[in-house]
Amino acid sequence: MEPLLRVEDLRVDLPTRRGLRPAVDGLSFDVAEGEIVGIAGESGSGKTMTAMTLLGLLPHGARTSGSARFDGRELLSLPRRQLRDLRGRQIAMVSQDPSTALHPILPVGTQVTEHMRHHLGLSKSAARAEAVDLLATVRIPDPERALGAYPGQFSGGMRQRIAIAVALAARPRLLLADEPTTALDVTVQAGILRLLDRLRRERGLAVLVITHDLGVMSAVADRVAVMYAGRLAESGPRAEVLARPRHPYTRGLLDALPHPEAADDPARVALRPIPGSPPSLGEVPAGCPFHPRCAFAVPACATDRPEPLPVTAGHLLACPPDPLHRTGAAPADEEAPA
Amino acid sequence: MTGPGATRDDGPVLLELAAAAVLDGVDLTVAAGEVVGLVGESGCGKSSLGRAAVGLEPLAAGSARFLGEPVTTIGRGARPGRLRRLQMVFQDPYSSLNPRRTVGDLVADGVTLGGGSRAEGRTRAAALLERVGLPASATAAYPHEFSGGQRQRIAIARTLAADPLCIVADEPISALDASAQATVANLLSGLVRDGGIGLLLISHDLSVVRQVADRVAVMYLGRVVEVGTTEQVWSRPQHPYTQALVAAIPRPDGGGVLPADLPGDVPDPADPPSGCRFHPRCPIAEDRCRTTDPRPEPVAGREVACLVRAAPSARADA
Repeated sequence: MEPLLRVEDLRVDLPTRRGLRPAVDGLSFDVAEGEIVGIAGESGSGKTMTAMTLLGLLPHGARTSGSARFDGRELLSLPRRQLRDLRGRQIAMVSQDPSTALHPILPVGTQVTEHMRHHLGLSKSAARAEAVDLLATVRIPDPERALGAYPGQFSGGMRQRIAIAVALAARPRLLLADEPTTALDVTVQAGILRLLDRLRRERGLAVLVITHDLGVMSAVADRVAVMYAGRLAESGPRAEVLARPRHPYTRGLLDALPHPEAADDPARVALRPIPGSPPSLGEVPAGCPFHPRCAFAVPACATDRPEPLPVTAGHLLACPPDPLHRTGAAPADEEAPA
Repeated sequence: MTGPGATRDDGPVLLELAAAAVLDGVDLTVAAGEVVGLVGESGCGKSSLGRAAVGLEPLAAGSARFLGEPVTTIGRGARPGRLRRLQMVFQDPYSSLNPRRTVGDLVADGVTLGGGSRAEGRTRAAALLERVGLPASATAAYPHEFSGGQRQRIAIARTLAADPLCIVADEPISALDASAQATVANLLSGLVRDGGIGLLLISHDLSVVRQVADRVAVMYLGRVVEVGTTEQVWSRPQHPYTQALVAAIPRPDGGGVLPADLPGDVPDPADPPSGCRFHPRCPIAEDRCRTTDPRPEPVAGREVACLVRAAPSARADA
């Protein structure tokens, strides 16, 4: 059976002053029911654009190719009206900033119930009862009273939980969470991550988490895709990708983080940043897009575009010579550079 | 040098914060060549304390002293010359740099405001930009031509132009990508180690502070609840809030461990709970915590404001 969401060879071209330029290029991943899949990458890696494509919210003039099937339906060619029905009802989104996701001068209750009434056709009282349940699920204290309150009366963490309640109101099957906890404090973040984990276990909710925070990724995602300059660098099971990264970019991202595990080391090591910065839209280098910043690059990396190839079951790697593991396990089959 | 958890005695104390109501008996000091991390979550008052430390806001109570002299709150007038060497780096490098002025002019401000000539400003600007890892040619460019991490380095160069002895940096890296965060964190700690500058690093991110700070103060709802060496606070936290904070940090190790939850929300700072301000969310709270406001006491080699940790109850009524 096909997973709930299957994205294959997705390409999104955005209009720039110099014509169309790819923001997402050759991306493939699946999200099954009850599964949390993470997309990681720095700003500009195309991770948010991927979510926008799934929602049909691309800027005017953007062009897509490849395939993104949700429950067997091709999202990329779905008529606008059908896409609109799907959006909010079956596919919902939570974004980074809860203060922009909620309407400031509508009471919380109106915002949570309008989806229920519009998409599910619930009566006013039924919607209200369900809204109270939902707010309790996301752990808003005194949900009855919260319905009549305004977003501004809540803290940032509570607003994000309300935004999640709004997103879940129509009982969607897929939640797109774009940096859902980035603006939040760690203790609040922990609550949201546990909530997402509970929702997938209890409701079979499928979640696509988009974040630059590999700690968040490691906490909740079953599988992880790392993107760089619109392309897939590496994807696979969480433990494979984060504990045994094979792509130099994944390794670089992990090395740039303060390592809690090194806490017992009294001599603190300096953080190791990746030199340079990601390319901007339309200025993606030829060959492997990461090669100018890569410590392991060989001349072929500047000319030959690496395609994601399986290294083990379910672990894809777009780094053909697999330089980090050259002496390790048998490298994936790849064509010799010309 | 008597600061709690003090481990460095190689530099003179630059900045002293004795903010009675806020710090409640804890003297927070920053010495030359030392990074002190001030950690806490939104609404805990860390930014207000940081702003008060450089005179941008009045302290509700207590005092801030720079080189032994009180830090006066800046009004509409010019900042007194004696405070020139106490500088601040702000969180958002997009709003802290004037988009209509060249980077060279922005950095040169620090020099000209200190009485230097414009020509001097221009030469020093180029040198300072190189010191923060940007090409000297950046002087002719405008802020929008740079990434967030580069902008923050420009903001730091601008601060360095005033030849600071002490820098208060409020979330200087939280708006940046992980890799840019590492670059700026390394830059700041390098300035402290090599330049003998004192740095008060304010952040909500304990994992970042841990990497660069010598000592860490943890704030909750307007109070410092624990001060100690970074090693003590990070590896063997004593205050239940610090413990919750450390346990909530997700580890990027692929382990799939959900971070520990701290139930409840931060109460309204204007109407804090009675007794210990953390007691409504505290897993080890006892009856006495509801009524008695804890004073910082030495616990396991650092200062901790917790009744239970300072004197564990003999009765099992927790």
